Amino acid sequence: MGVTGHQQSLITARDVGLVACTSCGLVAHAADHVCSRCHAGLQSRDHKSLQRVWAWLIAGLIVYVPANLYPMLRTTQLLKTQDSTIVGGVVDLVHHNAFAIAAIVFIASVVIPVGKFLIIGYLAILLPRTQNKDSHRLHKLHSAVEFIGRWSMIDVFVVAILVALVQFDVVASIKPGPAAACFALSVIFTMLSAQAFDPRLIWDVADQGKPE
Amino acid sequence: MTDTIHEVAYNPAYIACPHCDTLHRFSDDELISRTRCASCGYRLTLGKSEAIIRVVSLALTSTILMGIVLFTPFLSLNAGSFASSASVVDVIFGFSTGIMVPLAFAVLCFIVVAPVLRSLALVYALAPSLAGLKNSIGAEYALRLAFSLKPWAMAEIFMVGVAVALVKIAGLATIETGVAFWAFVLLVLLNAFQDTFMCRNTLWASLATNRA
Repeated sequence: MGVTGHQQSLITARDVGLVACTSCGLVAHAADHVCSRCHAGLQSRDHKSLQRVWAWLIAGLIVYVPANLYPMLRTTQLLKTQDSTIVGGVVDLVHHNAFAIAAIVFIASVVIPVGKFLIIGYLAILLPRTQNKDSHRLHKLHSAVEFIGRWSMIDVFVVAILVALVQFDVVASIKPGPAAACFALSVIFTMLSAQAFDPRLIWDVADQGKPE
Repeated sequence: MTDTIHEVAYNPAYIACPHCDTLHRFSDDELISRTRCASCGYRLTLGKSEAIIRVVSLALTSTILMGIVLFTPFLSLNAGSFASSASVVDVIFGFSTGIMVPLAFAVLCFIVVAPVLRSLALVYALAPSLAGLKNSIGAEYALRLAFSLKPWAMAEIFMVGVAVALVKIAGLATIETGVAFWAFVLLVLLNAFQDTFMCRNTLWASLATNRA
């Protein structure tokens, strides 16, 4: 691969006094504020990014609480109404012996959101503090969170489909509960939180600790 | 680094990694092949020389398919003497009572608006270069919009949601799939295929050479 310099001495755009466009990859003079090719805003490092990460993460955590406490689905069958929360829905699926589907829902609505909170928090705490970190691992964690976060939305779509399909008046009907909206908001906020990271900060931190 | 700053800035042969800022110099051959960042492994180019025609034609096809999806029955349900059928529009407006209206709006954005807007933005930005015309006004904004909408277009996640919902009501009723269901499956596959051609470098370079 035609890299400037040798593999051991990779050069960043900032090292040579230039600024890179994160939208299209073109390199511009440090004084430029707008990319000449794609018109995106230019910034060598987004030092305010961590503030935005924390803000969205906290917002996501706040709405995640009612998302788990309130019912996701309100099923009415022959005048009997039954509420089920996110975890309750998984338990129901296990009782119906649908283990594979239960696993999908459990992973999408419990494991991924909780894992996402932990990983984003971990990255946000670690980034400004450490001198010599394994950037490759942190970068993989960040990419994984960005890639997988949107899949939490599965449960919201399940609720939407059930609500639309099961409408047989008194015999059986399903209505959405407040948790559906809270959970959707939580997913949106944590997606924004993951996107707010400037991944270049991960690599800068590593370089500072490296011997020349 | 022997090159001067003035050679590097605005030179499309240089690509700075959006994730770690590492500067790469690519030969003409490398620019039309698959390359990764030497430092963090981010995919810099996809090496699809025919990217533009593929992206535009797939985007047009997706838009037409979405039209079919919206106005044909998606799933129908039979439980004894009761029957109901739901189109994607019904699924979206299942939420449209009281405090759930914002959620209906969000679902509408994720499964219809974002994918369609993304397709239209791609056609608007890239089709003029295929037709031998100069770029349309604001083509840069349209292409940037198309890239930034990617995480918010959740058609594939919706399909997994459909699968989960089907299992949940499988015991309750018999379910038949409609035209829209299969159109949606096709749409998800086309979108995945289209993403393999969404090479940032190729698309931005072509837009830059086709300026009005």
